[in-house]
Amino acid sequence: MSHNLKIACTKNNLKDIRDFVNSTLRKLCIPELEINMIVLAVDEICANRIIHSNNCDKEQHLEVKIRDENQGVSFEIVDEGEIFDHSDYVEPSLDQLVREKRKGGLGLMLVKRIMDSIEVKKENDYTVCRLFKKINVC
Amino acid sequence: MKLTSDKDSNYYVISIEGDVDASSCIMLDKAIAEAVSKGENKILIDCTHLNYISSAGLGVFMSYIQDFESNNISLVLFNLSAKVKNVFQILGLDELIKIVSSKEEAKALIG
Repeated sequence: MSHNLKIACTKNNLKDIRDFVNSTLRKLCIPELEINMIVLAVDEICANRIIHSNNCDKEQHLEVKIRDENQGVSFEIVDEGEIFDHSDYVEPSLDQLVREKRKGGLGLMLVKRIMDSIEVKKENDYTVCRLFKKINVC
Repeated sequence: MKLTSDKDSNYYVISIEGDVDASSCIMLDKAIAEAVSKGENKILIDCTHLNYISSAGLGVFMSYIQDFESNNISLVLFNLSAKVKNVFQILGLDELIKIVSSKEEAKALIG
């Protein structure tokens, strides 16, 4: 089954995205701790897309699609912002972040730890980020 | 998200209510910066009503680690829910940031 949310690219909408993911996953009998981690991963991708690829432009929209599959749950985050190739991303060390007093840099590290696969593609005029989490659903 | 700051003898307590995300983390950053500017060196973060934290919130705490060590400022988080504590544990940040169960433990840790 598929669940969709389309929302304007503003940071204030991140809470609505989290609530949407949370309520959808609750219906799939996923444990609370796992739900929070998955919500976090989707939130991190959406925050990156909204802030860095769409410059918090409320005229732009972002769509979150959740699909429960045999082996787990898949997520598609779709927008018209510039593509960010995650495969080019070199993960900083925690020591480096502390030394440089950086506030950013942890988001993608979290997504990589939480999700089983991350794929980013340009499809026509859209950037599509696909996440997959292997997990038992009811 | 709501933040309140309070003095408890020589401890400066910042209480967080709600979600710390990319939208609201700046408020947390300002609250900690304000404590530092007031010369506070024993800062407790009450997480009893902290419902959610994303990397933006984690990043705020991370960014102060170096300065706090250099300037002998202690910062301790207490009373985190299991799901919020888990977010710190995913990357091992619970080993860089002091996290305890209760306010009493936080006070005892700082002294």
